[in-house]
Amino acid sequence: MRTKKQSKLRLVAYFIKGSFYLFALSVFFNLILVFTTVLIPRIIGFTVDCVLQNDPLMGENVLIASLLGGVEFVKSHYYIVLIALLALALTAGISKFFNLYVNSKADEKLMQRMRNKLFCHLLVLPMSWHYKHMTGDILQRCTSDMQTILNFISAQMMSLIRILVLVSISLVFMFMMDVTLALIAATTIPAMFVYSLIFQLKAKKHFRKCDEEEGVLSARAQENLSAARVVRAFGRESYERDRFNAQNEYYTGLWVNLLRRLAVYWSSSDLLASLQLLLIIAFGTVFALRGSVTEGELIVFISYNAMLIGPVRELGRIVSNMSKAGVSLERIGEIINAEPEDYGRLNRPLKGDIVFDDVSFSYDKPTLSHLSFTVKEGSTLGIIGATGSGKSTIAHLLAGLIRPSGGSISIGGVDITSATLRDLRRSVGLVLQNGYVYSGTIGDNLAAVGGSDAQIRRCAEIACFDDVIRGFSAGYDTVIGEKGVTLSGGQRQRLCIARTLMKNAPILIFDDSFSALDSETDLKLRTNLSEAYKNTTVIIISHRIATVMNADNIIVLDDGKIIEEGSSAELLNKGGVYKKIYDRQTGGGAK
Amino acid sequence: MKSKSKLKALIPFLKPHKMLFVALLLAELFVSAAQTAIPLFQRYAIDTFIGGKTTDGFAVFIVLYALLITAQAGIDYIGSFGCCKIEMFVLRDLRKASFNHLQTLPVSFYNTHSVGYLHSRLMSDTDNISSTVSWGVYQGAYNGLYIIGATIVMLVTSPLLALCVLVIVPVIAVAALYFNRLLTRLRRKVRETNSEITGSLSEAITGVETSKTLATEDKLSKRFFARTATMRRQSVRLGGTRALFLSIFTFAGSAVLAAVLYYGGQITSDGVLAIGALSMFVSYAQGLTDAVQWLMEFFTDLINVKVNVERIDNLLSYKGEVVDTPEVIEKYGDCFNEKRENWEPLNGDIEFDDVTFKYPDGDEYVLSHFNLKVQKGSLVAIVGETGAGKSTLVNLICRFYEPTSGRILIDGRDARERSVQWLHSKIGYILQDPHLFSGTVKDNLLYGKPDASDDELIAALNTAGAFRFASKEGLSLEVGEGGASLSAGEKQLVSFARALLVDPAVFILDEATSSVDTLTEKLIQDAIERIMSGKTSFVIAHRLSTVRNADIILVVDNGKIVESGTHDDLIKRHGYYYNLYTKQFVEFIEKADFN
Repeated sequence: MRTKKQSKLRLVAYFIKGSFYLFALSVFFNLILVFTTVLIPRIIGFTVDCVLQNDPLMGENVLIASLLGGVEFVKSHYYIVLIALLALALTAGISKFFNLYVNSKADEKLMQRMRNKLFCHLLVLPMSWHYKHMTGDILQRCTSDMQTILNFISAQMMSLIRILVLVSISLVFMFMMDVTLALIAATTIPAMFVYSLIFQLKAKKHFRKCDEEEGVLSARAQENLSAARVVRAFGRESYERDRFNAQNEYYTGLWVNLLRRLAVYWSSSDLLASLQLLLIIAFGTVFALRGSVTEGELIVFISYNAMLIGPVRELGRIVSNMSKAGVSLERIGEIINAEPEDYGRLNRPLKGDIVFDDVSFSYDKPTLSHLSFTVKEGSTLGIIGATGSGKSTIAHLLAGLIRPSGGSISIGGVDITSATLRDLRRSVGLVLQNGYVYSGTIGDNLAAVGGSDAQIRRCAEIACFDDVIRGFSAGYDTVIGEKGVTLSGGQRQRLCIARTLMKNAPILIFDDSFSALDSETDLKLRTNLSEAYKNTTVIIISHRIATVMNADNIIVLDDGKIIEEGSSAELLNKGGVYKKIYDRQTGGGAK
Repeated sequence: MKSKSKLKALIPFLKPHKMLFVALLLAELFVSAAQTAIPLFQRYAIDTFIGGKTTDGFAVFIVLYALLITAQAGIDYIGSFGCCKIEMFVLRDLRKASFNHLQTLPVSFYNTHSVGYLHSRLMSDTDNISSTVSWGVYQGAYNGLYIIGATIVMLVTSPLLALCVLVIVPVIAVAALYFNRLLTRLRRKVRETNSEITGSLSEAITGVETSKTLATEDKLSKRFFARTATMRRQSVRLGGTRALFLSIFTFAGSAVLAAVLYYGGQITSDGVLAIGALSMFVSYAQGLTDAVQWLMEFFTDLINVKVNVERIDNLLSYKGEVVDTPEVIEKYGDCFNEKRENWEPLNGDIEFDDVTFKYPDGDEYVLSHFNLKVQKGSLVAIVGETGAGKSTLVNLICRFYEPTSGRILIDGRDARERSVQWLHSKIGYILQDPHLFSGTVKDNLLYGKPDASDDELIAALNTAGAFRFASKEGLSLEVGEGGASLSAGEKQLVSFARALLVDPAVFILDEATSSVDTLTEKLIQDAIERIMSGKTSFVIAHRLSTVRNADIILVVDNGKIVESGTHDDLIKRHGYYYNLYTKQFVEFIEKADFN
C-alpha cells in the first residue's frame, strides 16, 4: 500500500520534473498578483480614511502615506492616488499575464515531454506486453488519463496553491487592520470550505453514477448505429427506440435528481457568502460607531470578502476531485513502469548461417518444441505447415519479437539474444502475415525505413507493385486508408514486401506473404526475388507447395515439430506428408 | 439573419419548456435585482449609521438585509434548478428525436455516414446545444439584468461617476467578443492537432509489430515529436492569448476602481457624494466586470453552438432515398408501428424487370435494362473480385436502394407495393462480419424472435452448426462487446442461428465465409446447405467453392455483370469466371489439406 503510494508520488514528481522551474516561476508571479490585488482595496481604504476624511494615520496607513509622499502631499496632489492605483492595476495585469502564460508553458512542456516519453516507450515495449493489452485501453491511458493527470498538476495543484496564497495574504491584511472583525470574516472561510468539501464528496458517487449511465447510453447508441443492418433486418426499430429511450429517461432522471442537490448547494453556499457580507457590514457598522474600525477599513473588508468567497468555494471542489488522479496515475504507471524489451548489447551486424538449436516456445500452450535446423547463408528455406503449426512463431523469434523459452538461435555464430535488437532487426527483413499499412501515401509507406526514390521504385518493381502504383492516378503519392484508396489483399501484401525489401537486409523472411496473390504474380515475384537477392538468406513460409518448391531446403511443420525436412525432390521421393500435399495441390483438384 | 434561421431549428425543442423559461427569467429578475440592492445596504450602513452616528433602525436594517439574502438564495434555487431541468429535458428530447429519426433511415444512409460521426452528433452535439441554451439563458438573463440594474442605480446616484464606471462596459465587451472568437479559433486548431496526435498514438499501438520488424521506431518517433511540438506551440499560443485576455480584464477591473476613487474621491471631498455611496460604486465596479465578461461568453457560446444546431438539423431533416408511400404505410405500417396482421407471407419468387440503376453518388449506370427471374428455391451466386460491385443486386433486392428505372417484383408484385419492414422481415441477411450485441448468446438469438423457447434456440443453433452453444450453458455464454469473445467463425454461426429463427423465405449471404479459417468454413458450408434447402438464396462470394452448385452464377467485374450461367456453362466458356475459378479453387484445396 505504501509502496503504491510512493510510486504514485514518484510518478507525479517525474511528470513535474522538466517543468518545475516554470511552475515555480508561475507561482512567483501569482504571489505578486495576489499582493497587488490585495493592496488595491487597502489604498482605497487609506484614501477614504486619511485623504478624504481626516482620520489620524495609524498602522500600515503610515507606511502607505510615506510611500505616496505624505498625507498632505497626496491631499494637494490628489492624482497621486490615481497614478498609484493605475500602477498597481498594471502590475496586477502584467503579473496575471505572466502567471497564466508561464503556467501554460509549463503545462505544455510537461505534456510534450510525457507524450513523447509514452510514445517511445510504447514502441520499445515487448510484443508480449502488447498482446496482453487492448489498443483502445492503451489509447485511453495515453489520452484521457494523461489529461486527468495534467489537470491534477496544472489545474488542481496550482489552483490550490493560488487559493491558499490568496487566502493567507488577505487574512494577514485583515488581521493587521482589525483582529475582531477579521475573526468574524474568517469564520465563514473554513465553514464554506468544509461545506463544499462535504457536498462534493457526497455528490461524487452520484456524479460517478451519472457518468456510468451516460456510458451505458452512449454504448447503446454506438451499438445501435453499428448494427443498423441487423436492426433493420429483424425489424427491431421500435425495440431499439424503446430501449434507448428508457435509458435516456433514466439518465435524465438521475441528472435532474443530482442537479436538484447541486442547486441546493449553489444557492445555500451563495447564502453563506451573503451572510458573511451581512456579518461584516453589521459588525463593521457597530465597530465603526464604537470607533475601533474606520469606514475605509470597512470598505476594505467588504472588498476582501468579495475576493475570497468564490475561490474558497472552489477549494472544496478541487480537493474532492484530487483523488480522481490516483487511478489515472496508476494506469499510466503500468505503461511507464513496464520493462522495455532488451536483447543484449553486442554491437555488430548479424550475418551468416541461421542455426536453431533445440528451440522451444510456449505462450499459454507450447507452440514450438525442440526445433533444430540450419539455414546456410545465401540459401532458401521453405516452411510449410497447417494453421497453428508454429510457422509464424519461427519468423517472430528470428525478428526478436518474442524470446525462445528454451534452446538458442544464432546467426553467424552470434546468439541473437546477445545482439542489440536494432542490429537484429536490421539484419532480418520480416514481411509479416498481417502487415500494418501506415496512414499516408504509398510512397510514405515504402519510404518508412528510408531510402531514395530510385530505390523505392526498384523495390516496388521487384515486388510486382510498380505497375499497380502507376495504375493509380496519383502514383506513388496515392493516399491509402480511410481517406484514400483501399488496397486489395494482394496489393497490401506487395506493398509490405516492397517496404521490407527497402531494408536491404541479409536475411528475408516471408510469412505467408504471397497468399493473396494469383499464381502468376506469385511466380513472377519469386523469380524477381531470386534474381535480385542471390546472396540473401531467404525463408518462405506458405500453405502453397508451389511457393516453397524451389527452396534449397524445406521443413514440414506439424504441431510445433519438424516432421519432414529436405529438398523438394528428396521429400517427394520419401513419399510422406509433403508428397501427399504435393499430389493434391498439383493433381487438379480431385478431393 | 442567417444565424437566426439556423437557431430556429431549436424552437420545437424549447417550446414545451416555455413555462420553465418564464420561471427562470422571473427568478433571475429577482435574483439580479437583489444582487443590485446589496451594495445599497452597504451604502446605507456607512452613510446613515456610521456617518450619522446613530443606531436607530439598525435592527430593522439587519432583518431586512437577512430577509433579502434569504429570499435571493431561495429564488435562485428555483431559477438554477429550472435551468438544470431545461438543460436535461432539452438534451433528452434532442437525443430522443435524433435517435428515433436514425432508426427510420435506410441502410444506405449508414453506408455513407460513419458510426463515429453519427455517434458524436447524437451524444455531443446535443449536449452542447442543451447546455448552451439553458446555462446561456441563465447567465445571460442574470448578468444582463444585473448590468441594467447597477447602471440605473449608479446613474441615479451620480451620473458622472456612473459614466466613469460604465465606460468600461463597451471596452470589456468588445475585448471579450474579440478574444472569445480568437480563442475559439485557436482551440479548434489545438483540437485538430490533438486528434492527429491521438491518431499517431493509435497507429503506433496498432502497427507496433510492423514498426518493430521494419525498425522504423526512430522515424515514427521523429514524426510524433514534430506533432507534439506543434501541439505545444499551438497550445502555448492559446494559453498566451487567454492569459492576455484575462490580464486585460484584471487590469481594466482595477483601473476602473482607480477612476472611481479618483473622480469619486474628488466629489466626495466636495461633499457631493457620501463615503457610503463611493463604496457602493466600488462594489458595482467589481461586479460589473464579471457580469460583462459572462454576458460576452454567452454570446460567444451562442455563436459557436450554431454549428451544432446545424448538424442536428441536417440529421433530423435527412430523408432516405427509400421511402414507403403513404398508402403502403397505411396498410403495412412504418418502422415503429408495424401492422404485422396485414403482412402477407413471402413465397420467394424474385424478378428484376428491366432494371436500370446507378448509385445516388455515382455517375455511371451499374445496371442497365437488367432482367433476371429467380424461381422460389433457387440458388443465385454472385462472384467477382473484392470491390467489383457484387453487392448491388442485393442492395436492390433488400431495398437499401431503389432502381433508377424498372421494377423488382417480389412474388410477382412490385417491391414498392409493400413496406420495407415487411420485406426485411422475410429476408435472412447474413454479413461477412456479423454484428452481435453485447449480452449472452441467448440475448442475441432472441433479438430476431423475442418469444422463442430455449428448445427452439438450441434447435436453431444445431441446424446452424453452432454446437458449442447448443445447450443451456451455451446459451448463457456472454459474447462480449460486438461479439468480441467469440471467434469470427463462431460469430458467423450464431448469426446463422439468429437468422434461422425468423424462418425467412429468402437468404442472402454476403461473403459469409471470407473471414474464417478452413475448418469453420467447412462447418459453415454444411450449415449453408442445410438452411438453404427450399429457400431462395443469393450468395455473394469471392471464394468460389461455395457456388458450384448454384442454379445461376452472375459474374461481376467493375460494377457490371460480365457473365452469367451455371458453373459448367461458365467453365466451358473459358472466360473471366474460368480464370477466377482455377486460380482460387487450387488455393482452397491447399488449405483444406492441412485440416
